[in-house]
Amino acid sequence: MPLTDGFMYPNEIELQWSVLIVLYPFLTGLVAGAFILASLERVFRVEAVKPTYRLSLLTALAFLLVAPMPLQLHLGHPERSFEMYLTPHRSSAMAMFGFVYLWYLMAVLVLEIWLDYRKDIVLLAQSSKGLKRLFYRVLTLGSDNISPGALAVDNRVGYIVTIIGIPSAFLLHGYVGFIFGSIKANPWWSTPLMPVVFLFSAMVSGIAAVMLLYMLLTRLRKQPIDMRCVDTVARYLFYAFVIDFSLEMLDLIHRIYEADESFRSLDFMVHSKLFISQIVLQIVVGTLVPIALLAVTQLVKLPDIARKRIYWVAGCLTMIGIFAMRWNVVIGGQLFSKSFLGYTTYKVGFVAKEGLLPAIALAILPFFILWALVKLLPPWAKQEPVPISHAAASAD
Amino acid sequence: MRFKDANHLFRLAAVFAAGFLIFLLVRGFLVPRSFGQYGHYRGDALAEIKKQPPNYAGHEACEACHSDVLEQKVKGKHVRVNCEACHGPLARHAEDPGGTTPEKLDTAKLCVRCHEANAGKPKWFPQVVSVDHSAGLACGECHKPHTPAIVAEEKAASAAGPSKASKGAKK
Amino acid sequence: MNISRRHFLVLLPAAALAWEQVLAGTPELASNYNTSEHWWGMLVDIEKCIGCGSCVRACQKENNVPDGYYRTWIERYRIKEVNGVETLEVDSPDGGKNGFPNDTEPGVKQFFVPKMCNHCADSPCTQVCPVGATFVSPDGVVLIDEKYCLGCRYCIQACPYGCRFLHPQKEVAQKCTLCYHRITQGLTTACCENCPTGARQLADLKNPKDPIHEFLRTHKVQVLKPHLATQAKLYYNGLDGAVR
Repeated sequence: MPLTDGFMYPNEIELQWSVLIVLYPFLTGLVAGAFILASLERVFRVEAVKPTYRLSLLTALAFLLVAPMPLQLHLGHPERSFEMYLTPHRSSAMAMFGFVYLWYLMAVLVLEIWLDYRKDIVLLAQSSKGLKRLFYRVLTLGSDNISPGALAVDNRVGYIVTIIGIPSAFLLHGYVGFIFGSIKANPWWSTPLMPVVFLFSAMVSGIAAVMLLYMLLTRLRKQPIDMRCVDTVARYLFYAFVIDFSLEMLDLIHRIYEADESFRSLDFMVHSKLFISQIVLQIVVGTLVPIALLAVTQLVKLPDIARKRIYWVAGCLTMIGIFAMRWNVVIGGQLFSKSFLGYTTYKVGFVAKEGLLPAIALAILPFFILWALVKLLPPWAKQEPVPISHAAASAD
Repeated sequence: MRFKDANHLFRLAAVFAAGFLIFLLVRGFLVPRSFGQYGHYRGDALAEIKKQPPNYAGHEACEACHSDVLEQKVKGKHVRVNCEACHGPLARHAEDPGGTTPEKLDTAKLCVRCHEANAGKPKWFPQVVSVDHSAGLACGECHKPHTPAIVAEEKAASAAGPSKASKGAKK
Repeated sequence: MNISRRHFLVLLPAAALAWEQVLAGTPELASNYNTSEHWWGMLVDIEKCIGCGSCVRACQKENNVPDGYYRTWIERYRIKEVNGVETLEVDSPDGGKNGFPNDTEPGVKQFFVPKMCNHCADSPCTQVCPVGATFVSPDGVVLIDEKYCLGCRYCIQACPYGCRFLHPQKEVAQKCTLCYHRITQGLTTACCENCPTGARQLADLKNPKDPIHEFLRTHKVQVLKPHLATQAKLYYNGLDGAVR
C-alpha cells in the first residue's frame, strides 16, 4: 500500500500513469526537437548546421519508432490498441495520437528520409550484396532513376515535405501537451500553456540530444568536430531554452498570483514531494545552470576545447532537466488528491511491467535503432561521397 | 521528361494507397457490428451490462411471500428499512426459496452498525452507546427488529421468557 | 460475406473468441424498457446519512467490486472552527464500509457524505476515451464496455470526483453503473435498496411522477464541483461548502 498523507479519494491512492508515461512525452519531445533542428537547415537555410541534418532525421525516426512502445506496454489490454484506429473517438486527444503519429511517421519522416537518401539507396543497392542488396532494392521501389532531373524533383518535393513537417512536428508534440493540458479535473495539468511549454521543451531536448549525438558520433568516427556547426546548434539551444524557461516561469507566476482553490495543495506538493525533482533537478540543475553555461559561450570568447566541454555539460544537464520536467508533469499530477486534501506516493518497481527496468530498456532502445539506421543509411556519405561510407561502417 | 523523373514518386504513392486500402478493408471487418448504433460505442454493450444478474432481490420480491413481516414492519419505525439491508443479498432465495435460506442474524452485531452512537450521525437518528445501553446484552433480548419500539408488557415478557431475537430472521 | 468474415476471424484466436462472445450476447432487449423514456440521476440527502456503510457493502456484493476499490464510498467531514479559521479533516476508512470510529471531541461539526459516480451529462471521462469504450447511455447512465476498454486509464485521470479505478484482474476501467442491470428491470440500485434511512434515492428525471421533481423544487440542492460544469446528476441536499 502506498503511503498517503491527509485525505485521498479511496480510488486515487494508486497512481494510474507510471514512469512509462513519463518516458512517452520525453521520447516524442526528442523526435519533434530533432526534426525542427533538421528543418532549420532545409527550410531556413542555416548552412552551418548541415552536418547534423541527416543525423537529426535518423534520430527523430529512431525515437519515433520507440515512442508508442511505453504506451503499449502500459495498457491493460495492449491487444486492443488497434481499436484506436478502428473507432477513434473524435473528442479524445489520445485517439488522435494514432493518426498524428502515423501522419508524422509516414508522411513526414519516412518520406523525407527516403527522398533525401534515394540517391544513396540506389547506389548502395548497386554496390552491396546479399540480403543488404535486397533490402536496398526494396527501398528503391524498383526505380533507380537518379538522373539530375529526378533528383531535382526529389529535392523540390523534399522541401515541401519539410515545410509540412514543421507544423506536423509542432502538432505531434503540442498535441502531447494537450493530452495533459485539456484535463479540467486536474489543475496541475489544466492550462492552455501546456502544449506550448511541451513544444519548446521538446525543441530544447531534441536540439540538445542531436548536439550530444553529433559530438559523440564524430568522436567515435575519429573526425574533427565542426565547431561552426556545434556553435550554431548550441545557439539555437540557448534561444529555445530561454523561451521555454520564460513560458514555464509565466505559468508558475500566473499560478502563484491567481492562487486558485488548488494552489495551497499544489504549492505544498512542490515544496515537499516534488522538491528534488521540480526545484532542484528541473529548475536549477536542468534549466538555470545550462542556460547560464550556454549564455557564457554566447557572451565570452572561449577556446574551442572549453566550449566543447561546456556543450557536453550543458547538453547532459538539459536532458536531465527535461526528463525531470516530464516526470513532474506526469507523476506530479497524480500525487495530490483532486479533493486538494491529501497526497499519495509513487513507488516505482524495478522488474515489473511498468517498472524501471522496462523504462530503462525503452530509453536505450532508440540508440540501438539509431545505430542500425546509421549503418544502413550512413548520414555522412553526402559530405565525402564514397570513402567515408566505408570508414563509417568500419569505425562502428 | 518531368513525368518520367517523378516515376518513383508515383510508385511510392501506390504503396501508400495500397496500405490505406488494406487498412480500410481490415477496418471493415474488425469494427463491431453494433458500433455506432446509439452513439460512439458498441450498442451491444448496453444489453451485455443489463445481463448481469442482481444479487439483491429488492423488497417487493421479499414482501410477495413474507407479507406477515411487512404487516409487523408497518407498525414500527423500521418500515422503510428494506429487508436485505439486514438480511443480506437474497436474490437466489427469492428465485428458489428452498434452495438457499437466509443466515440467522446476530442482533448484537447487526443493530450497532446503524445505532451505535457517533457524533457524525444526525441528531434525529436514534443512537446509543451500546456498552452503556445494554451492558453486552444482545439488542434482540429487548427489541424486536421488525418493530423495534419496546412496549411495556413485551418488555416484561421478554425479560421473563427466552429470547425472541431471531424470530424475524426465521420467517 | 458472413462466411468469409467468420473464416477471417478464425485466423485470429482472440478475435474468434470475441466473435463467439458477440454471438452469445446478442441483445434480447428488455421487453418493456425503453431507453428514451428515462434519464437517470440520484438524490443524496446528507442530513439523512448515518455513515453506516450499508451502501458500500451492498454495492460490493451486488457488483463484485474488488477489495480496496470503490464504486461508492462514504466520507466523513470534521470541521473545527476557531476564531474564524476552519480546520478540516476528512477520512474514509475502507471507503466507510464498516462505519466510522466515534470522535467525541466537542465543538466539531461532523457529517457524512456518500460519494459515487455523478453520471454527468457532460462527462469529462467519456469525452477523453480514445475508442468509445465508455459512454453516456441514451438513458443518462455513464457506462463502460469491458470488452472494448484498452485500460489506458485516461478516463480515470479525467474524472474530477475520483470515481473510476482500474480493475486489478480485468485490467479495464470500472465504476458505478447505477446498477444498470437493476434499474432497467424496475428495481432500484443496490445502494438505494439497502440504505436504511433513505438517504439515497434513485431518480428518473424524465418521469414526471418521480418525487425528485417536487424535491428539487422545494429544497436547496447542490452538485459536487459545480464550477467544472459537468452537468452532474448526483444531487446533494444539505451539502456543506467544505465538501470537495
